[in-house]
Amino acid sequence: MVSSASSAVADRPGVAAIWRALAAVPDPEIPVISVVDLGIIRGVEWRDEEWVISVTPTYSGCPATEVIAGDIGRALVAAGVARFRIETRLAPAWTTDWIAPDARQRLADYGIAPPGAGTVVSSQIGQTGQTSRIDISALHRYRSEAANVPCPRCNSTRTRQQSRYGSTPCKAQYRCDDCLEPFDYFKPH
Amino acid sequence: MASDQQLLDYVLRLADSDLILAQRLGEWVGHGPVLEEDIALTNVGLDLLGQARLWFAYAGEVEGRQVGSSGAGRSEDEFAYMREGGGFRNLLLAEQPNGNYADTTARQFYFDVWHELLLRNLAVSRDRRIAEIAAKALKEVMYHAERSADWVIRLGDGTELSHTRMQSGIDDLWMYTGEMFAADDTDLALAAEGVAADVGALLPAWRDRVAAVLDLATLTMPSAAWMQRGGKQGVHSEHLGHLLAEMQSLQRAHPGAQW
Repeated sequence: MVSSASSAVADRPGVAAIWRALAAVPDPEIPVISVVDLGIIRGVEWRDEEWVISVTPTYSGCPATEVIAGDIGRALVAAGVARFRIETRLAPAWTTDWIAPDARQRLADYGIAPPGAGTVVSSQIGQTGQTSRIDISALHRYRSEAANVPCPRCNSTRTRQQSRYGSTPCKAQYRCDDCLEPFDYFKPH
Repeated sequence: MASDQQLLDYVLRLADSDLILAQRLGEWVGHGPVLEEDIALTNVGLDLLGQARLWFAYAGEVEGRQVGSSGAGRSEDEFAYMREGGGFRNLLLAEQPNGNYADTTARQFYFDVWHELLLRNLAVSRDRRIAEIAAKALKEVMYHAERSADWVIRLGDGTELSHTRMQSGIDDLWMYTGEMFAADDTDLALAAEGVAADVGALLPAWRDRVAAVLDLATLTMPSAAWMQRGGKQGVHSEHLGHLLAEMQSLQRAHPGAQW
């Protein structure tokens, strides 16, 4: 994959080392999961004599996006990566289905109800003839009242939504009717 | 064949409606009727602001490749902060004042239903960048549309007072909805090439959805035929200037200031 360029910089870190470095970069607002767990790192490749890290935004206006880019840059420098650039990749659009399975448990332990797996079908990049098209035919509306969200503290499913939005763009506010605690729900997106 | 100038105007329309509505929603910070709604409104605004930035970034690239340009188009900040009112291409609906909570809800509902339909079309645009931004924004806007419809129903089918206010909001803003479906030469030239959506064709689906929600909300669908126009061509209501005065004041006093 990178053999053509490997002789140019003999001692540069390999792709596995870069993924390891990225896996240690926490989400700035949810520090128990990394940017890799979150599914926003869409590619690491050697291109034109530098590493290109492709990152996709979660929500268009998420203020953490710029912080994340800065954190990634610092982590790569610390890992000895001299030449890299961070590229934004918009399609296919990020979905919570890309959050790593073990990260869902860490979210719950942290007090945030994780999004159900496979609850939202994202847009896909499809090929039609020579040009690739974005296929949104499988995208469906998420109905919040249909969700059965277990309380991350007591596991009760007697919970209800307080607001469709929460402390960050990716969360909604819920309340448990058994333990009476409010909690964040990571919205399927 | 559509020109780069038409593409630039079109992308700026998308960017400006998002930006101006985001600014309006931002005015609710600290003033929401309940904390949860304060947060919800500003989160919707944040999504729209993020979408506006994606459109502005693309507008800058389109401007940069125009014949006779120096190669660099304007930046996101230059588009947002350094244009006069007449340079803005947003829908008149987006700049209407917040009013009471029902007015804000009516404005958002009309906009969200249209926005979702528009983005569904743009997600299959032949312009790859437009398609990518639209497919991204669509996921956020589907959620907005669900929320604003719920509030129309809740307030319309609520107390006597909330019903009266919701009906007023729906009635008062009706005349700003026609512009969303009125295609001009720019729309038509780009739609003919599969780059832009055929906005006129979105109207039946919009009316069906609005009528269904108003019915559930026990509200009456307005029937007035006369519609305001001009936002997409830069002819605005008196409200835009006041909004820009607040939004742009810092960059006007200190051009190029950075956080």
